[in-house]
Amino acid sequence: MAYLELDRVAKQFGAQTVVDDFSLAVGKGEFVSFLGPSGCGKTTTLQMIAGFLEPTRGTIRLEGSHLTKVHPAKRGLGIVFQSYALFPHMTAAENVAFGLEMRNVPRDERAERVRSALAMVGLAGYEERYPRRMSGGQQQRVALARALVIRPSVLLLDEPLSNLDAKLREGMQIELRQIQRTLGTTTILVTHDQNEAMSLSDRIVVMSQGRIEQIGTPQDTYERPASAFVSQFLGKTNDFAATIDRTVASARLVAGSWSAPAPAGFNGSVTISLRPERIGFADTGLAAKIITRIFQGNHWLFQCESECGPAIVIRQNDGQPQPAEGDVVRLTWRVEDMSLRGGGA
Amino acid sequence: MTRNGPLALAFHTVFVIVMLAPIVVVCLVAFTPEGYLSLPTNGFSLRWFRTIANYPEFVHAFWVSLGLGALSSFVAVAFAVPAALAIARYKFPGRDALSALFLSPLMIPHVVLGIAFLRFFTSVGIGGTFSALLIAHVIVVFPFALRLTLAAATGMDRSVEMAAVSLGAGSFTLFRRVTLPLILPGVISGWALAFIQSFDDLTMTVFLAAPGTETLPVRMFLYIQDNIDPLVTSVSACVIAITMTALILLDRLYGLDRVLAGKSDPGR
Amino acid sequence: MSAAADTASAAPADDRRAGAPWALAAPALMLFVGVLVIPLAMTVMLSFHDWGQYKGIEPVFILKNWHEIATDPYYAEMFWRTFRIAILTTFLTAVLGAPEAYILNRMSGRWRSVFLLVILGPLLISVVARTLGWALLFGGNNGLVNKLMMSLGLIRAPIPFMFTETGMVVALAHVMMPFMVLSVWAALQRLDPQIENAALSLGAGPVTIIRRIVMPQIMPGVLSGAIIVFSLSASAFATPAIIGGRRLKVAATLAYDEFLNTLNWPLGAAVATLLLVALVLIVVGSNALIERRYAEVFR
Ligand SMILES: Nc1ncnc2c1ncn2[C@@H]1O[C@H](COP(=O)(O)OP(=O)(O)OP(=O)(O)O)[C@@H](O)[C@H]1O
Ligand SMILES: [Mg+2]
Repeated sequence: MAYLELDRVAKQFGAQTVVDDFSLAVGKGEFVSFLGPSGCGKTTTLQMIAGFLEPTRGTIRLEGSHLTKVHPAKRGLGIVFQSYALFPHMTAAENVAFGLEMRNVPRDERAERVRSALAMVGLAGYEERYPRRMSGGQQQRVALARALVIRPSVLLLDEPLSNLDAKLREGMQIELRQIQRTLGTTTILVTHDQNEAMSLSDRIVVMSQGRIEQIGTPQDTYERPASAFVSQFLGKTNDFAATIDRTVASARLVAGSWSAPAPAGFNGSVTISLRPERIGFADTGLAAKIITRIFQGNHWLFQCESECGPAIVIRQNDGQPQPAEGDVVRLTWRVEDMSLRGGGA
Repeated sequence: MTRNGPLALAFHTVFVIVMLAPIVVVCLVAFTPEGYLSLPTNGFSLRWFRTIANYPEFVHAFWVSLGLGALSSFVAVAFAVPAALAIARYKFPGRDALSALFLSPLMIPHVVLGIAFLRFFTSVGIGGTFSALLIAHVIVVFPFALRLTLAAATGMDRSVEMAAVSLGAGSFTLFRRVTLPLILPGVISGWALAFIQSFDDLTMTVFLAAPGTETLPVRMFLYIQDNIDPLVTSVSACVIAITMTALILLDRLYGLDRVLAGKSDPGR
Repeated sequence: MSAAADTASAAPADDRRAGAPWALAAPALMLFVGVLVIPLAMTVMLSFHDWGQYKGIEPVFILKNWHEIATDPYYAEMFWRTFRIAILTTFLTAVLGAPEAYILNRMSGRWRSVFLLVILGPLLISVVARTLGWALLFGGNNGLVNKLMMSLGLIRAPIPFMFTETGMVVALAHVMMPFMVLSVWAALQRLDPQIENAALSLGAGPVTIIRRIVMPQIMPGVLSGAIIVFSLSASAFATPAIIGGRRLKVAATLAYDEFLNTLNWPLGAAVATLLLVALVLIVVGSNALIERRYAEVFR
């Protein structure tokens, strides 16, 4: 039985449907990310899981029992709010201590846990600061410490690292992952950042306009996007219009000058979806002219104009000479690296 | 989920009833057919509304209040707009002192203002005149006109003005065609709030008004001092009805919350 | 803080025309100096003048009026009554107005604006009409309020409201209530809407949330509302005059009497001056205290 289960949950604000037909089963100890563009309903879904918003339709069950029957204070949830929701009239330490106080943790143990929680998020020495006197990133870390210190059985994180610089964010990501692993905390993370979702989660829920586009492991969603939206949203992608020609003896999949044996199950016009790093330069294949070439440290990014429209190619910087802007090249890829969708691009 | 519990709703209901009770009672008593103060238990009557006609001083006082309110708030706005622009636009020594001075009528009890004006106007020989009332009201409502204009002028995007200047607008054209239209909403609500303030004032005006220049609140107050009969309730009911009509109009035209926001802290 | 002080940092430094702001502010400044500063100064001077039943005002400098106020227990009692009423009124508005603002804030959009209008609307209705309403409700020993409370079994014998401090406090609290609700309301608007959820998720119950999370944050709003209500109540005129009648005098009604009935202007001016000075000291002092108390947290 799933630990946390959402069954066809929907939420309306007035006439506007913000979340619709949302079904998800989260196992105990699992790390799930909600990924989607701004305004797609991530926070709303999380708030329903937290019990702060009532679903218009559908049910949410925690360990098999109706969530709405359990008082929010008794659910053992640790929440980091998108707006942090720190108590402005309490110092950082008092903020973190609040949940422990509510649980009647003895004073000595409380002080020790507060100290170590703040140290863990890199805020040792900031105990007596008031939130108004902290930077956005520092406030965010206090919020994280406040949620973690109570050792919740479920962690709900609404963009908990959005305000941190790249280095700090990476450190906190590792920290989060470790906590989640060692304590077995069931975690739901809301994020805009696909890299964060990819590197942390067991599964990713890609959302768009209140609906689930795809649920799958990071690798799944990246390599086999279920829709154009998912492939566009998860990193750069190429969509080539192609046709399947079944008139010849052995049917062929054709995109411009590139062709391969046709897979089963498709006919007529199809769309080839392909990650830029899976394309290579070769002697035969899709003809393309390089428009711009951008050096990005560990790799090169080529923007090309191909027979099938614009194409993006990423090549590892392995020290080999690369084609220059204006060169005409041939693009090729392995059949197993692409995914096919019916219909034209 | 934020929902008010039954206890909270019960408290709220009692609260609202108590807030409305005196106003409702005044309006009900105004319809009494009796010759004394009582709730209209046996039938409604317009008798006391007709009686108002026999007391022309009430009608006169209403027109005085209306004229005084409109005129004093207009003059106050005329003085407040340049002052607000000065305070919003420039950083100069004495700026804080200046705005403290301009807002000071909010801090000074109206009794004290009434006494000060009475003393001053009698010694310069215009005591009891409409002009004296007008000047006094301009001072009292000035902070309200100033604050809303100030808020509008501060919130204004100055690059718009720079754009106008770059297109060749002179300073008068700039004010008339760009600045004024942009701060106009603030100016109008400043005027409205100033008007309400002037129309309502009793404490200061009671010192300054003479027969002939009595405003409606003063007339009503003096009448109550002598005898309380249903006539003042019918006059009050008329005032309440007019106020409510104005409120609804204002709300439709402009949004009441914005006007009220300016009245939120007269103590500061 | 005044609106002007908040904008100080936003104002661009325009040094090119140093005279420009003064030119713009000159008309208003002249008006204020001419008909506010001078009259106030004259009033203070007036309080040092002599007065006699037959000789009228004599422009001399004596401390007679101040001496009378300082020594005659009548004035001490009157001022003490004035401030007692103001304190009780402030307390009543805070205790009732703050919860009401909180309840209003939790209502859904439409009801909220309806009730906000109901509670703030009276602000725009003449104080005389509102106080008259209370006079009608109190109306002697068998007024509506007494009848209602007796039939509900809240009281056994009627409480005298007219011409008593109790009645004045009740009516004043009604008149001042909108200021308190508005002030707390403004403070509530600055609260993070998720803050109660945050406390809830950490295990706090409703009472704890109000006591530990909401109250401390709206306290500045309650206190600034209290300052407004206090200063307006201490200098209120219409309500004490109508409910208190001629017997129960407060500072404002006493000054009115001295000026328009007894015609002892110098004494009235002294009472008014004392009221002004006391209020300014109290308001400025408590503002400073509040700002110091909350400087650390809410800056
Ligand atoms: N209380 C509310 N009333 C009405 N509409 C709301 C309310 N809360 C959210 N919405 C709307 O619901 C939609 C989804 O909001 P939500 O906050 O869940 O988005 P999100 O995915 O978290 O976005 P972001 O990444 O920007 O935080 C938005 O269009 C928003 O305008
Ligand atoms: Mg969100």
